[in-house]
Amino acid sequence: MVRPAPDRRHPPSKGVGSGFTTVRLGRFSLRWRSRTVLLVAILASVAVLLAAASLAQGTYPLSLDRVVATLSGEGTRIERYTIVDLRMPRTVTGIVVGFALGLSGALTQTVTRNPIASPDILGVSAGASLGAVAVITFGGPTAAVLGVPGAALGGALVTAGVIFLLSWKSGSDSLRLILTGIAVNALLVALTSWLLVSARLSRATEATVWLIGSLDRAEWATLLPVFVGVVVLSALALASSRVLRLLAFGGDTASALGVRVGPARSLLLLLSVGLAALGVAIAGPVGFVAFAAPQLALRLARTAVPPVLYSGLLGAVLVTGSDLVIRAFSPVALPVGIMTTAIGGPLLISLIVRANLRRTA
Amino acid sequence: MTDDSAVPLVGRDLAIGYRQRLIIDGLDVTIRRGGVTTIIGPNGCGKSTLLRGLGRLLPTTRGSVVLNGTDIATMRSRDIARQLGILPQSPVAPEGLTVAELVSRGRHPHQSWVQQWSGEDEREIVSALALTGMRGLEDRPLDELSGGQRQRAWIAMTLAQETPILLLDEPTTFLDLAHAVDVLELVDRLNRELDRTVVMVLHDLNLAARYSDQIIVMHDGAIVTAGAPEDVITAELLLQVFGLSAKVIIDDDGGLLVAPTARRTHRQQPRARGSHI
Repeated sequence: MVRPAPDRRHPPSKGVGSGFTTVRLGRFSLRWRSRTVLLVAILASVAVLLAAASLAQGTYPLSLDRVVATLSGEGTRIERYTIVDLRMPRTVTGIVVGFALGLSGALTQTVTRNPIASPDILGVSAGASLGAVAVITFGGPTAAVLGVPGAALGGALVTAGVIFLLSWKSGSDSLRLILTGIAVNALLVALTSWLLVSARLSRATEATVWLIGSLDRAEWATLLPVFVGVVVLSALALASSRVLRLLAFGGDTASALGVRVGPARSLLLLLSVGLAALGVAIAGPVGFVAFAAPQLALRLARTAVPPVLYSGLLGAVLVTGSDLVIRAFSPVALPVGIMTTAIGGPLLISLIVRANLRRTA
Repeated sequence: MTDDSAVPLVGRDLAIGYRQRLIIDGLDVTIRRGGVTTIIGPNGCGKSTLLRGLGRLLPTTRGSVVLNGTDIATMRSRDIARQLGILPQSPVAPEGLTVAELVSRGRHPHQSWVQQWSGEDEREIVSALALTGMRGLEDRPLDELSGGQRQRAWIAMTLAQETPILLLDEPTTFLDLAHAVDVLELVDRLNRELDRTVVMVLHDLNLAARYSDQIIVMHDGAIVTAGAPEDVITAELLLQVFGLSAKVIIDDDGGLLVAPTARRTHRQQPRARGSHI
């Protein structure tokens, strides 16, 4: 067959299915964007590799094939202890927290149609921080019952509830939600600082490390319930992705296409808050992951809306990778939040600069 | 009831508004099947409010909207979306979205988790793109298109929805006259060739007269009169409803022309062109 020479300015369109793969079987049909699927596969492999490297990294050095051998049940007792009991909780926490935060950010950014709307900026992380810092600095009987993760989870959920109530106005518009979130966030940060200043020095130091976000406290007992929670909420979020992509058009078009906008928005924001709260509860507010992961995902996948699964995976890679880099190269044990913020901060600035350039162009 | 099921869209005793302020209170309206109905009226008369109320984008405080014999309050939003498409005024899309993606979204009410992309979806999208003259522009991002192309892309999305009724809220806003005529020619084809019932809001009285079977004139949240353009648009009505003094002229083709009476018929001193710049 002779093909006509491609026109460089207007490449021939392969019809409406270009860039997509469609599989049909009788009445059933599935469709996915080829590029996103490929990227998801690549990113999942990267996450697995980083996790393996993270398990090998530590004061008792292990090679990658020993890690694989131990995981398949062939390791010595000391290897099993080192990997399964000491290192794995940290690695799995990194993946779970990163996934939860990345996904949570993708949901809020899409529903509010605003790239800066992430759980960190809306005050959810600040609520968790206040709860955790209160328990760390004052301790007492409540602390014994709740524990730091419980207090953080409670703080995040109560804050989210307050923000929803304050910003609720016939279906909650997003600007109102963001402004309320920023105000509540400022208030909570001030309260947290006050607690830190009035606390004993050793307690204040411990609380400060928590506030940066760290994987040091990871242990199976707190990780498992969070893991289950993140899996359930993520499954619900992925199942809602057809509705999510319509909410990205704003209320009018979504309603016109048959979405019940009010309930759909509330449900997706609730899922987002739940995911962020769970992530922050065990690792502290690991900075900028919820904001940066979806924005990076969007640019890599070249889609108009952050792809849900991909944003989660990117979050997992970001947290696990940052933790690995710090442990491998930093002489002191720095919390992972320092590294993720170092990546996320410049990204936010570059986004704003680029948006400004486009506007003035 | 039997009377209503023959009529595609009926509004009965409608009250629609924001919070305490009702913009429309106690309005009755009947849309004819297979025609192009245009709602006209001065700014703030409630014509967009009425259209959005009929298309369930605004909740009704009182009264009911009946779609093919069923009260829409009792229908699922998705089932409404299979019978009635509504294109809001200046709709927004996420940045970077392509024409193909936009038009594909119109199939949402016909799709599900296990049926994401049927052969019919594909056929409807291709035919919507072809009808609106958007073939070949599928992979272009929406924000790189001209105003007229973008409006046609949105109409294509609404068409892909495959609904017998189309509501268009000022489909010609921000378009120059030639592009506005383009869009209305498209509306005319949809009505004639595909037998779609169209209800739209327009500002331009001449275009409204030219492209409509029925005109509904609104003022202060109520319908003043309704009927064929030549029966409805008269010099008296323009003065009464719009406060506009104008002549209504019938041209050689039998088309209707609204010519505002200019306050200044002669320029006292025509300005010299391009001097001293």
